[in-house]
Amino acid sequence: MEIEGISDEGSDGMTRRSVLAAGAMTATLSATPSLEAKPLPKSDAPQLTKVNLNVNGKRQTLSLDPRTTLLDTLREHLHLTGTKKGCDHGQCGACTVIVEGRRINSCLTLAVMHDGDAVTTIEGLGTPDDLHPMQKAFVAHDGYQCGYCTPGQICSAVAVLEEIKAGVPSHVSDDLLDIAYSDDEVRERMSGNICRCAAYPNIVAAIRDVAGENKA
Amino acid sequence: MKPFTYVRATDPVEAAREAAGHPGARFIAGGTNLLDLMKVQVETPGHLIDINKLGLDKIEKTSDGGLRIGALVRNTDLAADKRVRRDYGVLTRALVSGASGQLRNKATTAGNLLQRTRCAYFYDISKPCNKRKPGSGCAAIGGFSRSLAILGTSDTCIATHPSDMAVAMRLLDATIETVNPAGASRAIPIADFHKLPGSTPHIETALAPGELITGVVLPRPLGGKHIYRKVRDRASYAFALVSVAAVIGPDGQRFAFGGVAAKPWRVEAAEKLKGMEAIAASVTLGAVTTEQNAFKLTLLQRTLGAVLVEAKA
Amino acid sequence: MSMKFDSPAGPNPIDRQRVVGHPLDRIDGPLKVTGGALYAYEQHEAAPEAVYGWVVGATIGKGRVRSIDARDAEAAPGVLAIVTAANAGPLKKSRSHTAHLLAGPRVEHYDQAVALVVAESFEQARDAARLLRIDYAIEKGRYDLAAARGAAKIASDKDATTKAGDFDGAFKAAAVTLDHVYTTPDQSHQMMEPHATIAAWQGDKLTLWTSNQMVAWAVRDMATTLGIPRENVRVVSPYIGGGFGSKLWIRADALLAALASRKVGRPVKVALARPQIANNTTHRPATIQRLRIGADKDGVISAISHESWSGDLPGGGPETATQQTRLLYRGENRFTAHYLTELDLPEGNAMRAPGEAVGLLALEVAMDELAEKVGLDPVELRIRNDVQFDPEKGPERPFSSRKLVECLKIGAERFHWSRRSPKPAQVRDGRWLIGMGMASAFRNNLVQKSAARVGVDAKGIVTVETDMTDIGTGSYTIIAQTAAEMMGVTIDKVAVRLGDSLFPASAGSGGQWGANSSTAGVYAACVALRNAVAQKAGFNAEDADFVDGHVVAGNRRIRLGEAAGADGVTVTDSIEFGDLDERYAQATFGAHFCEVGVDAATGEVRIRRQGGAFAAGRIINPKSARNQVIGAMTMGVGAALMEELIVDKRFGYFATRDLADYHVPVHADIPEQDVFFVEELDDKSSPMKAKGVGELGICGAGAAIANAIYNATGVRIREFPLTLDKLIEKLPPMV
Repeated sequence: MEIEGISDEGSDGMTRRSVLAAGAMTATLSATPSLEAKPLPKSDAPQLTKVNLNVNGKRQTLSLDPRTTLLDTLREHLHLTGTKKGCDHGQCGACTVIVEGRRINSCLTLAVMHDGDAVTTIEGLGTPDDLHPMQKAFVAHDGYQCGYCTPGQICSAVAVLEEIKAGVPSHVSDDLLDIAYSDDEVRERMSGNICRCAAYPNIVAAIRDVAGENKA
Repeated sequence: MKPFTYVRATDPVEAAREAAGHPGARFIAGGTNLLDLMKVQVETPGHLIDINKLGLDKIEKTSDGGLRIGALVRNTDLAADKRVRRDYGVLTRALVSGASGQLRNKATTAGNLLQRTRCAYFYDISKPCNKRKPGSGCAAIGGFSRSLAILGTSDTCIATHPSDMAVAMRLLDATIETVNPAGASRAIPIADFHKLPGSTPHIETALAPGELITGVVLPRPLGGKHIYRKVRDRASYAFALVSVAAVIGPDGQRFAFGGVAAKPWRVEAAEKLKGMEAIAASVTLGAVTTEQNAFKLTLLQRTLGAVLVEAKA
Repeated sequence: MSMKFDSPAGPNPIDRQRVVGHPLDRIDGPLKVTGGALYAYEQHEAAPEAVYGWVVGATIGKGRVRSIDARDAEAAPGVLAIVTAANAGPLKKSRSHTAHLLAGPRVEHYDQAVALVVAESFEQARDAARLLRIDYAIEKGRYDLAAARGAAKIASDKDATTKAGDFDGAFKAAAVTLDHVYTTPDQSHQMMEPHATIAAWQGDKLTLWTSNQMVAWAVRDMATTLGIPRENVRVVSPYIGGGFGSKLWIRADALLAALASRKVGRPVKVALARPQIANNTTHRPATIQRLRIGADKDGVISAISHESWSGDLPGGGPETATQQTRLLYRGENRFTAHYLTELDLPEGNAMRAPGEAVGLLALEVAMDELAEKVGLDPVELRIRNDVQFDPEKGPERPFSSRKLVECLKIGAERFHWSRRSPKPAQVRDGRWLIGMGMASAFRNNLVQKSAARVGVDAKGIVTVETDMTDIGTGSYTIIAQTAAEMMGVTIDKVAVRLGDSLFPASAGSGGQWGANSSTAGVYAACVALRNAVAQKAGFNAEDADFVDGHVVAGNRRIRLGEAAGADGVTVTDSIEFGDLDERYAQATFGAHFCEVGVDAATGEVRIRRQGGAFAAGRIINPKSARNQVIGAMTMGVGAALMEELIVDKRFGYFATRDLADYHVPVHADIPEQDVFFVEELDDKSSPMKAKGVGELGICGAGAAIANAIYNATGVRIREFPLTLDKLIEKLPPMV
């Protein structure tokens, strides 16, 4: 690709300034881009905030940019890369972890909001030599293909069984006051974990297995 | 995401005062909507006030037999509360039809009311949007508008309010309690809480700067059959194309509709009418549709019809 | 050294099927379920102290970058560099890419990368991006396929048009004819892992940890683009979080990471943001398809024509939607054509089963309409039109193996197809209108040369190394099974290393050729290894059998490890394919069945049952193969009911940019799915006697759903996806 010079040819008289800074309009530039021009002085870096997290039973004390999500804290700062970034916008569930006993999307929460909280990630559920029953079931039932959504699926699945036991209702519960296990309950409750490889029936089978709901 | 300073509040009035003292500050509770918008620079608060520890997380009976729901009660807990399930079934049904289990575990009552539209152009700061930047235009009109509003719109904005919970609360005549930086409280009927766009789509609620929601009050329970029917493009984890909240019983019927306007849509006059066509015609009076969302008129009517059938069963 | 596969496979050690053919757990399973599998962005140990890059995409559909003012962005906290075309140095465009990976000054499509902001932290890079002031000159673009259809030209690919007999004459003379247009929308892969790369330089040597399906192509294209020797590029891709065609070639993340790393002298990690994927990367182009079929009153086809229109950027190619029609049904008089028009939408390219996935949406609905016209059961219609040779070329080109009829019959029985009401709109269950539909499944079997290095050590541990990728397809396990079978060991004695360009080049993952070709490459290498081990141990290679961890010949039996000796034995070999795929038509077949419920009030469609029977050669691992098929069937559900990249012609982009607007099926959409594999060995495909299966499941699945919707409602919709707004105006009025 040759680097052409900047010219007004072919611009069709239409220009549009794309200013990504909200609300700011700067003066029209007529000169060619000058990345070599004198740089503006570096702004001060933002303050770091101290955060204490209990991750998989281990206390972690971190100094973080407050903008750091819990997800990026786990992946980039603690190097616990089991929890995945699928969308960073709470639309896929790949980032699901268990915080203070509840499954949440770790991409849509800041680490600083969880000072002192207990966080369980996929790494905390089990290791290859000591698999959690849900992890074992996923292996037995082939509850994955590419594996990227898998940690989120497993963390969710563990929490889902607790939620059913605790009587939390769902969209498919016929009787809101009488909550019982069913495959349809599992499918509905797991719908916040997208699997594009679509191992869905196998995931349900793994969960069914762990729930002890396998009828012969 | 712009840098921000971050504080944790421990008292509601203190939180409100903190907000008033920092123009552009935002309260953060669950954060599931606010952080989403901060990541794409639609929201750019320079100061975040974490209100998770304000202790507004109880559900209590009120003196006249209703319920007061703390602003910070998580959606999951609100939906699962036995009294809500038993006496305000439409509210539980609405809540559990929304979002995902993970999001419901984090999202709060007040946050759910305050969540903002999911219009694709609102979310994209490179596109004109009168809600984000008054006067810049509305890219949704004439654009991707399939999921957007048909009622209460204006030529500046066709955004919908995405909440299911709010539709049920509108049906139940909820009242929203707030406190302001001066420490004064007030109660805003939910019908007056969300604003239609008019010529000011950037004004979405009745809240004044720094005003903090402390709770939502439900009147005493209605009997009758409670139904929340949500129509969407897939079986779960999707916003409503149209939703119908209904309580139908011997004392009467009431309906509220989601997915069709910038606020839950309720036309009390329609509730005196009989039959799908008459009610729907009254409810959708004044509808303005785009080519892409015109089907919502038919869909609203037919979904209402299905709800009426279900109520009889 | 290379094994040439140019005559049908005879009996070979794979036939023993002690390991191959069994539904073994994936060997990478424990890593995946514990978070131990490392994806591209996660290589902290291999690439420590990496800094972060945030991609900035163009916010116009076509035009030029007039200027980029980066001063404020560069001054932002933590920012190390801004990479743009102006400072990237000379770049070439590889033949794999239609649009440039880095725009500037021309902008060829929306969200084409125009800059990379590099900073110490992710938050700093993302935030500094908003401070870039980019001035664009917009040019008018072409974004409307329907409007451009008239001006479309025959595509320039080989076989863009095909003919046999006299279609026009036969169609005119046919007793029953059908002439309909079907449309499919632009579709997005939306794999769960966004495109991601970490790049690091050591001197002039570049290493990329990247999410990529075809490692050797990545090396080639990165070298070409940067103008550096291939030997200086190493690509590492051991785990890929889904691709579906989106990661066949390197994308902007890889190039920008490499450029940035060179500039700042540190490893740089870049991942596309989810909302960038729809417009920045490739997509499956929309199609407009015209099907014409002429048949006699018994449904036997005499004339069939399939034309497809699609668009792409200048220099691009068509969605080859007529492919299956050339081979699936009989008919002496035939015509197919691909027309291509230029559009300035983002680049169109391969997405799972390019061609067949959307071509069958049209063809199999047309067949359903034909069945109704002649009053035949849809399954019977397919059976009557089965053909055991290439219908364009005649009996001289038979199919290598074709069990479509068995699939249809077995599938129909397993699904209780006989319960279906032949007349539509007859069955109701409460609020649901119930219907059943079916469709044929077809996907070509492609073969690609593939190499592997295999070795055995003194302990009898077999190691396989190849650049083959596992994109969820189960490559690790089926490669281990192949080596285990060939070397006579159990699978726990096999170590498999994949996805590194240091390893011999394999077929890679694409076009459902990966499993068959890469295991064939391992087979070839194992044949060579067996010979080498036998020789080393003093056996006659021809007589030596490898079984139960031993090498056996005559009355000699020694442990495999002992035969390998203290230093072990390692060989590299490959498989190359002759012209068996020209002499024989090679394809995989199946039959899809679906039962839907359509809400009588709202038109919402829900899948109640989904199943199929498939013949795809030897199934190397029935557990992972079944998962591939059900996963593809689900992608078919998405294509039928919900997936659409909605074009905003005013801005020239796909406005459905994230997973909230571009809907893919969720758990609640998918019931139990039944998959039956018809037993089949294809000795002309490869020594493995296997064929592909990763794409077959999407081929036809959506048509079965569309046909079920018709059976349920009596409403025929020919525009995909079949969303409720298309149905609702046509449903009976509510009482």
